[in-house]
Amino acid sequence: MPELTTEVERLSLVIEIGGMPVRVNTTDPGFVTMLQDRYAGYVLEANASEPGNAEIEFDVDLVVPTGGPDEDVRVTRSPDCWTVTRGDFHAEWSPSTRRGRIRQSANPYSIDAVLRIAHTLVLARQGGFLMHSASAIRNGRAFLFSGVSGAGKTTISRLAPPDATLLTDEISYVRKRGDGYVAYGTPFTGELAKIGENVSAPLATLYLLAKGPENRIDEVAPGEAARSVLANMLFFAEDEELVQATFHSAFEFASRVPVRRLTFVPDVRVWEMIR
Amino acid sequence: MSRIYLARNPKVAARSIDGEMMIMSGRDSTLFTLNRTATILWQAADGATPLDEIVDHRICVEFEVERGEALQDAESLARELASHEILQISEQPIAASSTATPAAGSR
Repeated sequence: MPELTTEVERLSLVIEIGGMPVRVNTTDPGFVTMLQDRYAGYVLEANASEPGNAEIEFDVDLVVPTGGPDEDVRVTRSPDCWTVTRGDFHAEWSPSTRRGRIRQSANPYSIDAVLRIAHTLVLARQGGFLMHSASAIRNGRAFLFSGVSGAGKTTISRLAPPDATLLTDEISYVRKRGDGYVAYGTPFTGELAKIGENVSAPLATLYLLAKGPENRIDEVAPGEAARSVLANMLFFAEDEELVQATFHSAFEFASRVPVRRLTFVPDVRVWEMIR
Repeated sequence: MSRIYLARNPKVAARSIDGEMMIMSGRDSTLFTLNRTATILWQAADGATPLDEIVDHRICVEFEVERGEALQDAESLARELASHEILQISEQPIAASSTATPAAGSR
């Protein structure tokens, strides 16, 4: 009697961002290669991390999507399941088992959105967050450069001197450690399209960027600092408990990390002030 | 005239920083920065103290304002805060278990 089923090989890789491993399982070798290229520097050998050690483990089903990436993302929680949907993907996972599933086509952008959101939700319970900001390490200390589109995140990243290590030009990764915070490199890129270095350092200062006629650093009032942190944090969930946690995380951060306004002329001299 | 009781909505997050009271809605993440009068109402909204007593003991003491006018303004402000689901309003005392703590942390 002929075999009616054949065993399909399951392929795995671990994408570790911010020291947080996420295991991805698929049966498509081409998708694995795509992810290895997309997350170069952040991919661990699957054997390097036991399945149970991953913060989340996703099985990816490659399907034809019903919509596109321009649709709004929706993040909801039932008692033990996070659900994240956008036109181009549907993802869900259980916080208790830390296992889930992503349905998307073979592209790196959909899973990128899932990873950003998953990290945001996990970090929210730990006092950490992702932030719209560039970041870099200099002299062993990390600096964040935050601002709305056009404020200068890409410019300040492009102007970084050789002794500065760029962590990201778009989405910074911040975790709480002891009484302070640590900034990590991320593969989440902006206009510069350059993946950040996968390194970390204690966070020294958050600069709120503004382009102006001179280079200067000004104090920021505590209330404005907290509002600015909140305004630039990535957050998606329609979940009261996490909204409250995120709110308090922003205030904790603003009370522990100096927040300054950095007005700068777009040339390399601005980095003379960032040490 | 019936009395009005105020209680803090436990579903909002509140924080005082450098004298500024900030409130975030747990429902839609809207951030509110309260002015001084709204901050007094928030802090005094324990579900048990009627609004007229808050006006007598807190608002009229802090601001040189005529009581009737202060009460009218305070009620208007309380209803506005309730419309944003920051405060709960009732003509009966509100159980303590359904109120939030006044504020956490400050710098």
